[in-house]
Amino acid sequence: MTTYLNPGLPQPAPAPDGLDRPYWEGLQDERLLVQKCQSCETWQWGPEWVCHSCHSFDVGFQETAAQGTIYSYERVWHPVHPALREQGAYLVVLVELPHAGGIRLVGNLLGDPERPVEIGLAVEGVFEHHPDADQPFTLLQWREAD
Amino acid sequence: MERSLRGQVAVVGVGETEYFKRGQSPDAEFKLALKAILNACANAGISAKKVDGFASFSNDRSDPSRLAAALGCDELRFSNMQWGGGGGGGSAAVANAAAAIATGIADCVVVFRALAQGQFGRFGQGPRRNSIAGDMAHTVPFGLMSPAQMFAMKVQRFMADHGVKQAALRAISLASYEHAQNNPRAVMYEKPLDEATYDASRWIVEPFHLYDCCQENDGAAAMILVSADRAKDFANEPAYVLGAVAGSHYRAGAGVHNTPDYATSTFKTLAPRLYEMAGVTPADVDVLQSYENFTGGVLMSIVEHGFCTPDGCNEYFVKERFVAPSGALPLNTSGGNLAECYMHGLGLNIEAVRQLWGASTNQVRDASVSMVISGPMVTPVSACIFGKEAVL
Repeated sequence: MTTYLNPGLPQPAPAPDGLDRPYWEGLQDERLLVQKCQSCETWQWGPEWVCHSCHSFDVGFQETAAQGTIYSYERVWHPVHPALREQGAYLVVLVELPHAGGIRLVGNLLGDPERPVEIGLAVEGVFEHHPDADQPFTLLQWREAD
Repeated sequence: MERSLRGQVAVVGVGETEYFKRGQSPDAEFKLALKAILNACANAGISAKKVDGFASFSNDRSDPSRLAAALGCDELRFSNMQWGGGGGGGSAAVANAAAAIATGIADCVVVFRALAQGQFGRFGQGPRRNSIAGDMAHTVPFGLMSPAQMFAMKVQRFMADHGVKQAALRAISLASYEHAQNNPRAVMYEKPLDEATYDASRWIVEPFHLYDCCQENDGAAAMILVSADRAKDFANEPAYVLGAVAGSHYRAGAGVHNTPDYATSTFKTLAPRLYEMAGVTPADVDVLQSYENFTGGVLMSIVEHGFCTPDGCNEYFVKERFVAPSGALPLNTSGGNLAECYMHGLGLNIEAVRQLWGASTNQVRDASVSMVISGPMVTPVSACIFGKEAVL
């Protein structure tokens, strides 16, 4: 498949300390894994070593549905990276996952970059694989839900 | 014992280098820092050898031990860096310096910031490496990598929640540029901006036009702080620190844009503490310098400091209110980060002091309470209020 943004941006890799490795590995298998405390069941994102609610270090990764609503968005016009010089406008969205404690993920909204966007719009995840990268990875993108 | 900085410490000297567009400084960054500090010392009428402390922010590269050695300081007693927050550390550095003086750790502290974005990297560019890990791995691959892109997301949500129109942001930008036309130090001196030019300017990232974004500059700025006891011995009228605060709300630093209270300038918990320490209310503030990385941050800062309600922005944010000397709340009277110079916001603190001295190029009549809001939307942020002796 083609990718939403032109190639050449920095490629994501799991943190060297391993903190978010299950997230990146899960995406390659088309599974969304985010943190959920095994002790008090609090959802948590971005990833952290400790649960911010009960201070348990048993913060596991839980699979959850890649469905959410747009919490905020932005249409970018000015390229700040050489890879985006010929890109034109693109849409970045902040997606809230109500069924997972309201955690938020950043992604792109697929489709016409000049489309109107409404906060609250229901979206579903699309796994964007990059198998030819130096270290293959997968991004979670979003499209308007059916 | 009441714990407060109020009236215990004063600014007695300010100074800056010439301000340049990014990459155009003929001087190395460290030399810029030295020049600004020496200018501030000369303004105060004190030998730099008597400086015994340095406070800065945002990982300034000019190390205090090297500065103290270069300047032949008799002794180094305070070497302080405010962690994190970029320009959010500007007034925090003032707070830290004031706290050190008030508690006897040091006697004469310089607050400074030096930047040579030609010698080092630019702020407004994305990372160039091939691989990225950690928090940025969750944003950069989606093209969310520059400060404008990080903060537009917050501002967009705030504007949507409260029906704020683009003209409110425009008013902030127009006021800054109008002030810069009277300030020969300003990089945008003799470069006026009107509504049509703003409206026609390109989008950087919605809702920020080009003129909603700060400049990228080279230069340095410095302020000299001493105890209130000593302050009266200097030629300049003491600009007392009435209050200074730094910090952020519950889990403001949660990764990947997950702070629970998202569409905020980060000042909701700070502003009440600031006013309480300073013993003033928003109505007492004669002139305001509010850090403009992007105009949307100014808008939310002014709301969160109690000057207007979130739903009242369209009526409140009109240029006339913000222009000195006639406006009800003169704002960014040097031209600020948009139009004077982006010295990571420390120029705003200097301008706040100059207003108390009657030395601004856009002087507000009888200014006696002068406020600075530093670095909205990051964590930690900071703010401070300076006042004349009459308000102590």
